[in-house]
Amino acid sequence: MDIFIVWVEIFRHWLTVATGIPILAEIIVKAALTLGVIIFVLLNLIVLVWLERKLSAFFQMRRGPNRLGPAGFFQFPVDIVKMLGKEDIVPANADRPVFLIASICAFLTAIMAWAVIPLGRGLILEDLSIGIFYFIAIGSTGTIAFIMAGFSSNNKYALLGGMRAAAQMISYEIPMVFSLLGVIMITGSLTLSKIVEGQKSIWFIIPQILAFLCYFISSIAETNRGPFDMTEGEQELVGGYFLEYSGIRYALFMVAEYTHLVAVSAIAALVFLGGWNAPFGLTFIPGFIWMMLKIYFMIFLFMWVRWTFPRIRIDHLMHFGWKVLIPVSLINIVLTGIGIFVFRAITG
Amino acid sequence: MTFAVMFYVIAIITLGSALMMVTSTNIFHSALLMLVSFLGIAAVFVLLQADFLAAAQVLVYAGAITVFVIFGIMFTMKGDARKTNRFSKNAIPAAVLSLILIVINAAMVLKTQWPVSSHAPLEETVSSVAELMLTKYVVAFEVTAVLLLIAMIGAIVIVKEVKKPS
Repeated sequence: MDIFIVWVEIFRHWLTVATGIPILAEIIVKAALTLGVIIFVLLNLIVLVWLERKLSAFFQMRRGPNRLGPAGFFQFPVDIVKMLGKEDIVPANADRPVFLIASICAFLTAIMAWAVIPLGRGLILEDLSIGIFYFIAIGSTGTIAFIMAGFSSNNKYALLGGMRAAAQMISYEIPMVFSLLGVIMITGSLTLSKIVEGQKSIWFIIPQILAFLCYFISSIAETNRGPFDMTEGEQELVGGYFLEYSGIRYALFMVAEYTHLVAVSAIAALVFLGGWNAPFGLTFIPGFIWMMLKIYFMIFLFMWVRWTFPRIRIDHLMHFGWKVLIPVSLINIVLTGIGIFVFRAITG
Repeated sequence: MTFAVMFYVIAIITLGSALMMVTSTNIFHSALLMLVSFLGIAAVFVLLQADFLAAAQVLVYAGAITVFVIFGIMFTMKGDARKTNRFSKNAIPAAVLSLILIVINAAMVLKTQWPVSSHAPLEETVSSVAELMLTKYVVAFEVTAVLLLIAMIGAIVIVKEVKKPS
């Protein structure tokens, strides 16, 4: 994968010579790389939707899509074409400008997290010194898009869905941040590449198993997936905050959800599963492949949980978040602190 | 040059959204425009190389404060959203007060000697912020924490309506 970085450097050098303005060349290179990341995420989406349909069918002893292409792989591209052909309906009493930008905001906040997520050594848009904190900050703004969609639709069910999304995401953000703190304490850095470098000898899932469980559970709630998908509970809320959306705007919400799912899986792989470090000395396989394998392992776990457990009630969800996850993640911070202290006392 | 262009673009967005927030008659739109204004301030922090502060601004103001403001709006909403943010009738006293505030602020800004640092901007601000926060300013830091705790307990007591033991 180093060849990719070399190509980018050659491209940047050529642009600087060709345009004669370094800043312009830098902007063009960054724009091209950003486009590359967005295309990468959207390509993932095709696989993800197929995987979700096939896995849900597998867990429920069905066959899943099997008509179009090998194992129904071309079902989703055809679905996209269908989606694009649908009429874009805006309810008459909706808050029109907010209704129109809400779906774009949902996608934007999901894709912005990818600015700091590396897919291999050096394969990163911007290796910020506050990397993981940036991810948390951008993730927290995602709530607004759901409230905007719920509120502007002028529909009771959509409003309820939006409110639930906001309450749930705000509550589960706290254990998510706390569970990442343990790792930050061990490495002493917020930079994602340094966190990965710190896992050369041992993956952080072993000393931080408690934090990993907290992160896993709270990131399910953050991405609004089952069993915590109260926001779109079909039986009670018809469809949740995106109830009034149709066509491409509805599709954008789906895209945002899957983008967010890949992002939290990537963070889990980077922070707890050793990122692009190869396990058991299998270094002949490139780091990028390892990273993708780990991301897809996490995605498989998310889908497994979604299609295995029934949806829990909203008040149970809140109780679980505030009375179980937050204390457990706080205990993990204290234990990590003691552990670091003891480790330093032993090694000197 | 680039810096100046960026600064003016961000300043126009921040101040413009703040102005639109005040003039909008829909209180929900006002809250969202306030969010844009907060994000503009975060962008100013980025321009000043204070990346940690910028992320904290986004996390606290854009991610939390705006959501709570919208929660408040949702709980107190009645009737049509388009006429929720009416203008006050006391335009003249408000104008006089605002003018006085602007004059005081402008006088302070113009009178202050703004020091220009000769140091290169820090590569990593987080560690220096953390060190200062837990050594030199530890008292202020802890007092803020206690204050927030008191506010939280107060909110819980108000919501729960603790009954006096008889």
